[in-house]
Amino acid sequence: MTLYGYHVPKMASLIVWVILWEIVGRFGLLMLFPPFTEVIAAMGEVVTSRSFAEAIRITVISYLLGLALALVLGIPLGFLMGLSRAADKLLNMWVNTFLSAPLSALVPVFMILFGLGTPTVVVTVFMFAVWIIVLDTRAGVRHVAPSLLEMSRSFGASWPELFKIIFLAALPEILAGIRLGMIRGVKGVVIGQLLVSIIGVGALFSLYQQNFQMAHFWALVLLLFACALSLAELVARLEKRIQYYAGERN
Amino acid sequence: MQLSMTTAAGSGVPIAPVREPIVEVRNVSKLYGNTVVALQDIDLSFEKGHLTSLLGPSGCGKTTLLKIVAGLLQPSSGEIRVKGKPVNGPGAERAFVFQDFALMPWASVLENAAYGLKVQGVAKSEREDRARHYIGEVGLHGFEKKYPHELSGGMRQRVGLARALAVDADILLMDEPFSAVDEQTRRKFQEDLMHLREVENKTFLFVTHSIEEAVYVSDRIVLLSPRPGRVSEIIDPQISREISPDDLRRDENYLDTVERIWTGIKKYVE
Repeated sequence: MTLYGYHVPKMASLIVWVILWEIVGRFGLLMLFPPFTEVIAAMGEVVTSRSFAEAIRITVISYLLGLALALVLGIPLGFLMGLSRAADKLLNMWVNTFLSAPLSALVPVFMILFGLGTPTVVVTVFMFAVWIIVLDTRAGVRHVAPSLLEMSRSFGASWPELFKIIFLAALPEILAGIRLGMIRGVKGVVIGQLLVSIIGVGALFSLYQQNFQMAHFWALVLLLFACALSLAELVARLEKRIQYYAGERN
Repeated sequence: MQLSMTTAAGSGVPIAPVREPIVEVRNVSKLYGNTVVALQDIDLSFEKGHLTSLLGPSGCGKTTLLKIVAGLLQPSSGEIRVKGKPVNGPGAERAFVFQDFALMPWASVLENAAYGLKVQGVAKSEREDRARHYIGEVGLHGFEKKYPHELSGGMRQRVGLARALAVDADILLMDEPFSAVDEQTRRKFQEDLMHLREVENKTFLFVTHSIEEAVYVSDRIVLLSPRPGRVSEIIDPQISREISPDDLRRDENYLDTVERIWTGIKKYVE
């Protein structure tokens, strides 16, 4: 971007918002917003606190468990739906329903089923992440060029070999599904913990809110945002390395 | 074979009988669902070492027939014999060249060309040597490390050709191999195919919808008519191989044959 002939770096607009935040905080215009500098100071305190380390540890564990479960079940399910018309007919409606349903509403049900602890959060992450992985895998498998399979068969390929071709040909879509699943999973872990509210980041949020430590509260929000964005960026980079051939298929 | 309706180009005499059939199609019919008849009672023999074209308007089942010969499709009735033995699936003596090239976008030119050998269980170093040889043969020397998306359409089909040649099959089945490349590349390709036929001792089955292409490259043309797909005529173009490619396109015999085929096909084209 250029402004009056000067080159302005991409993130420059953030500075404007930060200054605005600082002004609102300094004049006490909104009770919820302490000055930005205070939030930054609190961030140091939050990061170094023991409860934060513990919260992050449990959050990362539940997130990874839920995501692993979503991958292990989601990719085969997507394959099944992509390969078998009967399976697709049976499952497609449900997968689409779960994909667009407000899953947060189900978390209380998970709490009843799995208790007020990590298992509920893991299931929440799983439920948030899995459906898009299923659907993207299904789409990828569906769109494998028939001639590629014929080619493999014409040389006498066995089933495992054909399977490998399908997997590699569908890989760009599968990775796109994984990226979206990972981002949805972050939502899942935060929402799950907020609703359970006695473990992980959710417990910290409750603590800060109840004691009205708004600077700490916002520091935690910013940290979570930063984590989610970096995670998405990381997967997007990985995806780009595979992407080069995604557009080449016809 | 339906000799009664088959004649050599323009002369009115019966076409030469097939002396050494390498592929035989016996009473093959193909139905899609229970109503659509793609092929009906096809009975054909293909001469060893010759290039035979399957020519016809769209919907005549020429690609279906080729895929049945390849073992990629099962006939509804009838059988395919290759070197005298009935077959009902793909086999190492046949290799297929695809209309859309069917290259693996994630694999390099070398890996693509070596794929058939890999599936057949040839060791890595040997298959790469053989693939390299044929990549050079089709004129892609120096492109071994490139990926399909870095190549033009014509070059991609050369990779497809190298892959089919590398497995050293006796029979090359080509499904409109030049239809997805531009006209200039296509002509060059046809000339290369003629050359290839001379140096490699192989039998070619060639599907095309281009009359000119069929007359130019074929020893024999099998004309198929649509709905249901049947053999309507068999023509031996008898174009002298001495003629240079540029003179050929003005050759009277060539033009007459093209005209004659067009007259036969015209009634099926709306």
